[in-house]
Amino acid sequence: MSATPIAVSVVAPRRFAIDSGRRKTRIGVAILGMLVLIAIFAPLLAPHDPDAIESGRVLRGLGFSHPFGSDALGRDVLSRVIFAFRVSLSVAVGSVVVAFVVGIPLGLVAGYRGGWTDTVIMRPVDMLLALPALLLAIALIAIVGPGSLIALLSISVIYVPILARVIRSSTLVVTSQTFVEGARARGASSRRIAVRHVLPNAIGPTIVQASVLMGFALQIEAALSFLGLGAQPPTPSLGVMLADGRDVLTQAPWVEIFPGLAIAITVLAFNLIGDGLRERLDPRGVTR
Amino acid sequence: MSARAQFVGRRLLLAIPVLLAMSAFVFLMIHLVPGDPVRTMLGFRATPANVAKVRQQLGLNHSLFAQYAQWMGGIAHGDLGEDFISHTPVSTLLAQRLPVTVELTVLSMSLAIVIGVPLGVRAAATPGWVRKLTEGFVVAGIAIPDFWLGIMLVLLFAGIMHVLPPSGYVPFLQDPLLNLRYMALPVLTLAFGEAAYILRTTRGAMEQTLSTPFVLFARARGLSERSIVFRHTLRNAAVPIVTVIGIQFGVLLGGAIVIEYLFALPGIGRLIVTAINQRNYTVVQGGVLVVATLFILVTLFTDVIVGLVDPRVQEGQTA
Repeated sequence: MSATPIAVSVVAPRRFAIDSGRRKTRIGVAILGMLVLIAIFAPLLAPHDPDAIESGRVLRGLGFSHPFGSDALGRDVLSRVIFAFRVSLSVAVGSVVVAFVVGIPLGLVAGYRGGWTDTVIMRPVDMLLALPALLLAIALIAIVGPGSLIALLSISVIYVPILARVIRSSTLVVTSQTFVEGARARGASSRRIAVRHVLPNAIGPTIVQASVLMGFALQIEAALSFLGLGAQPPTPSLGVMLADGRDVLTQAPWVEIFPGLAIAITVLAFNLIGDGLRERLDPRGVTR
Repeated sequence: MSARAQFVGRRLLLAIPVLLAMSAFVFLMIHLVPGDPVRTMLGFRATPANVAKVRQQLGLNHSLFAQYAQWMGGIAHGDLGEDFISHTPVSTLLAQRLPVTVELTVLSMSLAIVIGVPLGVRAAATPGWVRKLTEGFVVAGIAIPDFWLGIMLVLLFAGIMHVLPPSGYVPFLQDPLLNLRYMALPVLTLAFGEAAYILRTTRGAMEQTLSTPFVLFARARGLSERSIVFRHTLRNAAVPIVTVIGIQFGVLLGGAIVIEYLFALPGIGRLIVTAINQRNYTVVQGGVLVVATLFILVTLFTDVIVGLVDPRVQEGQTA
C-alpha cells in the first residue's frame, strides 16, 4: 500500500508533462504548418500583386477587397504580409539550417574528441557568446553591407556557438555511456562511433533549441530589416513593412499591426513546438 | 587571502582574455571590409588626396600588428580615432551618448525586475489565477517583438491618448520630469519582454525550491508562509534569477540599439546604426567596443554576485 503514493508522485508529473508537451507541440505544428503553407503558396493566396502601386487606393482601411487595408503607396497590405512572411521565414529557417550544418559538427567533434581539439574549437565559440547577439549581427553587417543573404549569414554566426555548445554538452553525456564503450571495444572507428552512435543520441536537445531559435531568428531578421540593415526595399520583408508603416502610423495603423502580428504568431508557434518537445524530452524541467 | 577574494580575483583575470579577443575582433572589423575600406568610407569624396589622408589617419600603411598595438595604445589613452565626417573625436561622441544608453538599459532592467520577480514569486507561492495570468504574460513577452510593441505603444499613448511624446530626448539634468516622460515609452517597451523572462525564471526556480525538504521542514516548524517564501526560498532560488538577469542584460543592450533608433534617442545604438549607413567605420568600431565591453563587465559582475549569493559556486560545486 505504501508504494502507491510514491508511484503517483513520480509518474503523474511525467505523464502530465508528456501530455502537456504533446498538446503544445501539436498546436505549434498546426499553426506553423498553416503559416508554411501560406508562405509556399503565396502567389496563389495573395489577392493582389504585392508591389502593385495604385494611387486610387492610398491608405484605404480594412474592406472586402483589401482585408488588411492598403499602405501609403496603395499596395495591398495582406498580399505584402504574405510575401514578406515568405522572405522573413526563409531567412529565419535558412539561418538556423546554416548554423546547424556548421555548429553540429563543431560541437560533436569538440565533445567527442575532448582535450586540445575541444579547446581549439570551443574557445572561439565562447568568445562569440561573449557579445550581445544583435550587436554581433549588426557588426557583421557593418563589415559586409546590408542585404537578406548577409542578414541570414549574420544570424547563423550568432547561432553557431549556441548550437555547438548544446550538442557538445549532450555529446559529453552520451560519450560516457556504456554502449559507446561497447562500440569502441568492438573496434568501430571514431568517425563511425561519433556519427552512427553518438550523434543520433545527442541531437534531441539541439533540435529543441533550433526550433526556438527559428522564432527568434524571425524577430532578429525583422529588427535588422527595420533598421535598414536586412532586406532592402522593395523586397517586402516584415521588418521593411514595419519601417515603412511608421510614417503613417496614426492615419493607417493597419499597415503596422498586421506584419507585427505575423511575427508574434510565428514566434509563438516555434516556442510552443520548442517547449512541447522540451517537456517531452525532459519532463523534470517542466516548471522552468 | 580569503576564498571570496580569491574567487573575485580569479574571475577578474578570466575576463582579460575575453576583453582582448573582443578588442581584436573590433579592430579587425575595418580590415574585413571587402575591397578598400577607405574608398568605401569616402564614397564620392574618394579623391587620391583624401584617400591618402584617411589612410594615414587610420594608420593603415603600417603592419597589422603595429596597427593593433597603436589602436590599443590609443584606447588606453581614451583615443578611439576620429569621426571622418564631423571630425569629432569618437571618444567625445561616445561620452555624449553613453549616459542615454545607460539610463535606458538601467531603467528598463530595474522595471523588469520590479515586475518580474514579485510576480514570479507570487505565481509560484499561490498557484491559481495569478499563475494563469503570468502564463499569458510570459507568452506575450516572448513572442511580441520589442520594436513592434514600441510602435503599438506610440500609437496608443501618443497617437490616440496624447499623454506621452512619441519620440525625442531631453537630458535628465536639464529637466528630470520631461526626461522621464520621454523615457517612459522606450523603457516600457524594453522592460516588457525582459520582465517575461525574469518572471518565468523566478517562477521556475521558486517552484523547484518550494518543493525541497527544507521548505517542508520550515512549514513543519510553523514558520509563517511569508517568512518561508521571502526569507528562505527566495534566497535559495536567487542563483538562476541573478544569472538570467545578467544574460538578459546582453539582450537588452542589443534591443536598445533598435529602441533608440525607433524613439530617436541619442544613444550609442542609434549612433552605430547611423554610422553603418554612412560607412563611418571608426565610429562603428568605437560603438561596438563600448557596448561589448559593457556586456562583458555586466557578465563579470553577475558571476561575482552569483558567487557571493551562493558560496558553492566559488568552490565550483554548482554551475
